[in-house]
Amino acid sequence: MASQEQLSAIKRAKVLMVGAGGIGCELLKTLALSGFQDIHIIDMDTIEVSNLNRQFLFRQSHVGQSKAKVARDAVLRFRPNISITPYHANVKESRFNVDFFKEFDVVLNGLDNLDARRHVNRLCLAADIPLVESGTTGFLGQVTVHLKGKTECYECQPKPAPKTYPVCTITSTPSKFVHCIVWAKDLLFAKLFGDKNQENDLNVRSSDTANSSEHSEDVFECRKDEDIERYGRRIYDHVFGHNIEVALSNEETWKNRNKPRPIYSKDVLPEEQTKENGNEEKGCAADDVSAMVSLSLKNPQDIWSLVENSRVFLEALRLFFLKREKDIGNLTFDKDDQLAVEFVTAAANIRASSFGIPLHSLFEAKGIAGNIVHAVATTNAIIAGLIVIEAIKVLQKDNNNYRMTYCLEHPSRKLLLMPVEPYEPNRSCYVCSETPLSLEVNTQRCKLRDFVEKIIKAKLGMNFPLIMQGASILYEVGEDLEEDMVVIYAANLEKALSELPSPVASGSVLTVEDLQQEFSCSINIKHREEFDEEKEPDGMLLSGWVEAPVDKDNNKPIGNDESTSNALPSMETLEGEKDDEIQETSEVVEAFSGKKRKLSEVSEVTAPDPSGPSSINQNKPEKLDIDDEDDELIISDDWESFTKKKKL
Amino acid sequence: MDGEELTEQETALYDRQIRVWGADAQRRLSKSHILVCGMKGTVAEFCKNIVLAGVGSVTLVDDRIVTDESLSANFLILPHENHYNGKTLAEVCCDSLKEFNHMVHVAVETGDISTFGVEFFEKFDAVIISCCSLGKKKLINQKCRKLSKRVAFYTVECRGSCGEMFVDLLDYKYSKKKLEETIECQIEYPSFEEAISVPWRALPRRVSKLYFAMRVIEQFEDVEGRNPGETTIADLPGVLKLRKELCETNVQY
Repeated sequence: MASQEQLSAIKRAKVLMVGAGGIGCELLKTLALSGFQDIHIIDMDTIEVSNLNRQFLFRQSHVGQSKAKVARDAVLRFRPNISITPYHANVKESRFNVDFFKEFDVVLNGLDNLDARRHVNRLCLAADIPLVESGTTGFLGQVTVHLKGKTECYECQPKPAPKTYPVCTITSTPSKFVHCIVWAKDLLFAKLFGDKNQENDLNVRSSDTANSSEHSEDVFECRKDEDIERYGRRIYDHVFGHNIEVALSNEETWKNRNKPRPIYSKDVLPEEQTKENGNEEKGCAADDVSAMVSLSLKNPQDIWSLVENSRVFLEALRLFFLKREKDIGNLTFDKDDQLAVEFVTAAANIRASSFGIPLHSLFEAKGIAGNIVHAVATTNAIIAGLIVIEAIKVLQKDNNNYRMTYCLEHPSRKLLLMPVEPYEPNRSCYVCSETPLSLEVNTQRCKLRDFVEKIIKAKLGMNFPLIMQGASILYEVGEDLEEDMVVIYAANLEKALSELPSPVASGSVLTVEDLQQEFSCSINIKHREEFDEEKEPDGMLLSGWVEAPVDKDNNKPIGNDESTSNALPSMETLEGEKDDEIQETSEVVEAFSGKKRKLSEVSEVTAPDPSGPSSINQNKPEKLDIDDEDDELIISDDWESFTKKKKL
Repeated sequence: MDGEELTEQETALYDRQIRVWGADAQRRLSKSHILVCGMKGTVAEFCKNIVLAGVGSVTLVDDRIVTDESLSANFLILPHENHYNGKTLAEVCCDSLKEFNHMVHVAVETGDISTFGVEFFEKFDAVIISCCSLGKKKLINQKCRKLSKRVAFYTVECRGSCGEMFVDLLDYKYSKKKLEETIECQIEYPSFEEAISVPWRALPRRVSKLYFAMRVIEQFEDVEGRNPGETTIADLPGVLKLRKELCETNVQY
């Protein structure tokens, strides 16, 4: 039971929750039951059916409504006298500035993407407000505590970047199913149903360039008066037949690789059969259109044969043109779009078949293509409990007792929850320690625009940057800028760095700031002529910004867009130990102050971007020092905590 | 519900968790029946989780009338006069739990669980009891163990910020993946009575001191005829005295 001190600290506290999803629902409930009386909660999402297996504050009837608002209403039903303020908004909005954050005693994150977490991290640093971070994926989870100056900030330890694949692997030499998914989703689907003006790498580059008289554009367009059946087969034959033959003509590529085989629709589905396809759609609404239903394929967990996949491919394509014509030309892949998922699954499977890669079910393909994170209620409940425990310590400024806690899938040395002392801030962290970064770039070729997009926004996570050299502002974003400045900045974007009004050259130091995040850092520029197209496709190399290693050979499906955990993976390496051996439990807790404990090779699950599928970083950690102090903690001399009759 | 396959509704709702434990486990869950006795904090959490997960049914036992105090740490009870006036804990929790998942059958069973015959327990795949006396725990555990079918038995007790859970899966066979192989394993679980009868001296050194503390309180409540969880600060001298006695007894050969 909480002590009197704890109870009054809780009662007085003003708490900000960011995220009202899996962790958020559990956390709001636990905060309310623990006696917190003033809670603010930000979430931009609306409720979906797939949330309902764990976001228990929501009901079927709430689908489509604001998570923050519905969560608040649900909790008020069992704690009517507390104050919960919901914001159906993006935490990156300008109103959630440093002054807003300063109002709170602690910030609790229950987010599902790296971008927002970094943003909140910077605001908490700027406002000097403690941050309790968390994440879950399946059975894994973790809770971490961040206090400016005392512990690492969220960005002190690099978080792995989302996994991306070399273009040629996707277009020419896939070796894994995920490569086929990326091809089907980002190339074929985009080409057929997405924005026609977008660049698309779909056509294989062959050594025989001057061959075809057809422009690639024409191939994918449905011709006037062309039968949809014909069109479908034409596309099929082009991407699975013709393109493969063209790729095969380049002998070099296949010297050390298994050759793909071209597949033509007439060999898989003799003409007559497709005409028998499909139960009539019975006038179903455009949204419900499904090739699986049409073909009576009932189970999304089944792995379809090449024939079935081909049927789905043709049928899905047909249904798009017949029932969803108006969507064509502006569709992006959406994992909740059944027909899109069916099409991508089928296309990926046919390609996989061609390359000798094992086929996958729609269920599996959807997970990969949609970057779906697997999730259960219990892990979120555990993590929420741990968040509240840490939050209470924070409110009491109980500095020696903050813990980073990792929730494992399997016990390690009989422990399922692994508490670890936080580290001191990383002195090289460019976010909290103001260490300068270095950028190698060709200052004569690189435009300011590329610098802004690829470095400032993508890598450094700034949303509204201000870029200066000395006293000269090269670029800024803002609402109250003068007209002529806006013109100058727009012009600057198109200029090479060396041609800017304040020229950038080797030795230049740029200061980059995001006023909203109140985050500033300096970048030392070094000119370099050449960059490797494959390894450094951006033509820029940023250092001092440490990126965690990405495991190239990983087969496991992904991390993602949705939810994220930076938990330690299950400790398979430790299971071989003899757990029966008795460990000395009397290790005295070292005072937190000043001691940095090294966890060797902490590995983390990726929290990637929406831009592509990603993989789990599987570096296996070496032995961890188990924090055995917990036995001591439990046996407090305070028997009152045990026996006191609970009061409301 | 469809014969063997998951329905479309189930697939849509359970998508994220099927990706954790697989469709087969989900199917087995949907056919399981759980008995829960003692509707307090941890058990309320458990019920929420198991209902969300999509078990076949949950049967609640708790004839205690809802009071203001029941509201603490139990979010299944809504503090409206009309909502709980005169109702039992099981009844109120049942109403709330039904809302979490319409596909789960949630029901109430009245009466003293220790008087139910062995056949009653046979209906279930798992039994969870809380807020029960030492005697009751032993008794129900024994009844479950008498059945030819395996009925998993769990007890959970929370006191302040400490808690304890006991698990009895009887003769339990499972598979374990080690690197590339799958190993068949087996554990024989002791009964609750057997487990707590192990002399303290014989226990591994790493056993949490909380285990012993729980045994002391348990004994105290048993000897003094208290309801579980009703030991107060005023009892401290008595509890400490008992602790001393138990330590001395258990340290001897």
